[in-house]
Amino acid sequence: MNRTARFVIGRIAFYVGACLFASFFVLPLLWLTVAPFNSLATLSVALPEQWTLENFRRVFANTFAIRALVQNSVIQAGGAMILVTVAATLAAYALSRAAIKGSQVITYGLVLFSSVVTGTAAMVPIFLMVHRAGLIDTHLAVILVFTGGLLPAAIFIMRDFVDSIPRSYEESALVAGASPWRVFNDIALPIVRPGMMVIAVWAFVNVWGGFLIPFILLRSPERMPAAVAIYSFYTEAGTPLITLTAAYSLLYTLPVLLLYLFVNWKYGFRFFGGIKS
Amino acid sequence: MAGVSFRGVSKAFGSVVAVDDVSYDIHDGEFVCLLGPSGCGKTTTLRLIAGLEQPTGGTIHIGDADVTMVAPKGRDIGMVFQDYALYPHMTISENIAYPLKVRGISKEDRAKRAAEVAAHLQIGNLLERRPGQISGGQQQRTSVARAVVHKPQVFLFDEPLSNLDAKLRLEARGFLKHLQQELGVTAVYVTHDQAEAMALADRIAVMDGGRIVQMAPPLEVYHRPATTFVANFLGSPPMNLLPVTIERTATHTRFVAPTFSIDADEWSGRLKDRVEHGEEVFLGVRPEHLGVGREGDPWTMKGELYAVEPLGPETLVTLSVGDALATLRIFGDEPPEVEGTVHATIDRANLRLFRSSGERIELG
Ligand SMILES: Nc1ncnc2c1ncn2[C@@H]1O[C@H](COP(=O)(O)OP(=O)(O)OP(=O)(O)O)[C@@H](O)[C@H]1O
Ligand SMILES: [Mg+2]
Repeated sequence: MNRTARFVIGRIAFYVGACLFASFFVLPLLWLTVAPFNSLATLSVALPEQWTLENFRRVFANTFAIRALVQNSVIQAGGAMILVTVAATLAAYALSRAAIKGSQVITYGLVLFSSVVTGTAAMVPIFLMVHRAGLIDTHLAVILVFTGGLLPAAIFIMRDFVDSIPRSYEESALVAGASPWRVFNDIALPIVRPGMMVIAVWAFVNVWGGFLIPFILLRSPERMPAAVAIYSFYTEAGTPLITLTAAYSLLYTLPVLLLYLFVNWKYGFRFFGGIKS
Repeated sequence: MAGVSFRGVSKAFGSVVAVDDVSYDIHDGEFVCLLGPSGCGKTTTLRLIAGLEQPTGGTIHIGDADVTMVAPKGRDIGMVFQDYALYPHMTISENIAYPLKVRGISKEDRAKRAAEVAAHLQIGNLLERRPGQISGGQQQRTSVARAVVHKPQVFLFDEPLSNLDAKLRLEARGFLKHLQQELGVTAVYVTHDQAEAMALADRIAVMDGGRIVQMAPPLEVYHRPATTFVANFLGSPPMNLLPVTIERTATHTRFVAPTFSIDADEWSGRLKDRVEHGEEVFLGVRPEHLGVGREGDPWTMKGELYAVEPLGPETLVTLSVGDALATLRIFGDEPPEVEGTVHATIDRANLRLFRSSGERIELG
């Protein structure tokens, strides 16, 4: 009897602890799903007394913020996503297949330096370089700087996928009469596609949420992405309008969520190489 | 269809010489097996024919064309890889039809042709599956189907049976031989299994250390091995090689070992200029050419019984003769009754002689 009681109490304590721990992560999400629909939202999680779309109406009236979201962020994140994915795939294929001495060292070296490139410490030289190139206040500048930062890690991940394709697949296609480009396209590409999807989503999310780089490289409001535009829902005094910020934040997370769901549905996520047949 | 010729072909990877100055002709429609131990350069030879490697010296011809520097695409070859190399993202039908797709043949035509070939190889019911969903034997057939679908000039096989279990391997072996004869295409087949090479080949090319040691029909390689290496490599168990010394007097020639001595007078003419008195040589005799005899019989060697292994239709009897072991293959259901000291009789007609350096001395 005693032991049963001890067991039950132990279990209860465990679940209470687990719930407290989980709530730490769940509460913000919960807040994000209810606060946008509450015209009196505060920082606490509370079901609105009356559900309303009023917050969204006011957010949509802010053309600066909406353009930032549906145009600028999409251009910048989408552009960097495509560039990173394509370049990483080609580079990984080359590093894996061509007999380059020290290709392993190249990959590791790049990964090491990339953490510096996107870091805050490098912002001054990056700004100067972009300035010299005459690219200040362009989407291209944001795309290129993000791509430079993300590419090494992307190559590193893609290499694992490419390395996992047996050489004999490509060789048998060559013997079957395919040109090298055709071999890449027909054999290698379909097999590494899950890897490319991982890279694409990861790159997109990184740029989508990136604040510092666009904030520094862009000037005109017409080009600011959503990560910067969210500040337009702050009062002059610098405090956020919680209702509008909540509504905008919800809109801000949706594309990432949709992209993830789409890729997962279409290709399935895998973070390692290997062949699923 | 076409033959394949190598003229002084070499291939080195850095300091490793994988293929060393090899020349030979494979005739149109011939089935040649490349046989040899691991690392002797078989796969490299095959890849040179396919164009997956460029030789560091020499020229390669397929038919009348010099293809030494031609890319694989231009060689019209069908190849079966050891791991089959089926594309995991394509169905069996798409896999088989891939060489046709590359040649720009329409979708309906190639699906039709793939179905024909698949039906012929008894995998017609698997066309919509993926490689991961079929058995090893079926994968092997798919891989063969893909290699033949475009009617290539030359077939290349790199140990295509080594991933199959023993029973399936025998089945697939017969199937491959049948298919090659039916299609009459030149085939080069790599294996390190001597039984496979014996069973399949019109000619066997035995390789060692990047060179071709002997290239001849299977029975000739078996009965008249060019060197002790070949003698050892073919046959299971391999040829018995017994060290003896030549003893020559004015009138007689003998092969002498510590425990026995054999009269070699009938070859004295042939041996006269080829071996010297006191030279160490090897007697080579296949297990089936040794029998159990009695003391005093001519042409016997004495040994102590070492092991008896009944295998069903035959029995292997191993004797220790001096420092060497000699194996006898006795046919028949009943194991012979032997014990202690055994006298093994040698079938003279099938005795071979090798120099201590390895090459065979022709006895006639
Ligand atoms: N790409 C390569 N780079 C360096 N050395 C190689 C390469 N390919 C083969 N070799 C070397 O060449 C020699 C012959 O290799 P090969 O693959 O032709 O042997 P093999 O007869 O097919 O052996 P196995 O029966 O084990 O398959 C070996 O010593 C091997 O290490
Ligand atoms: Mg090999």
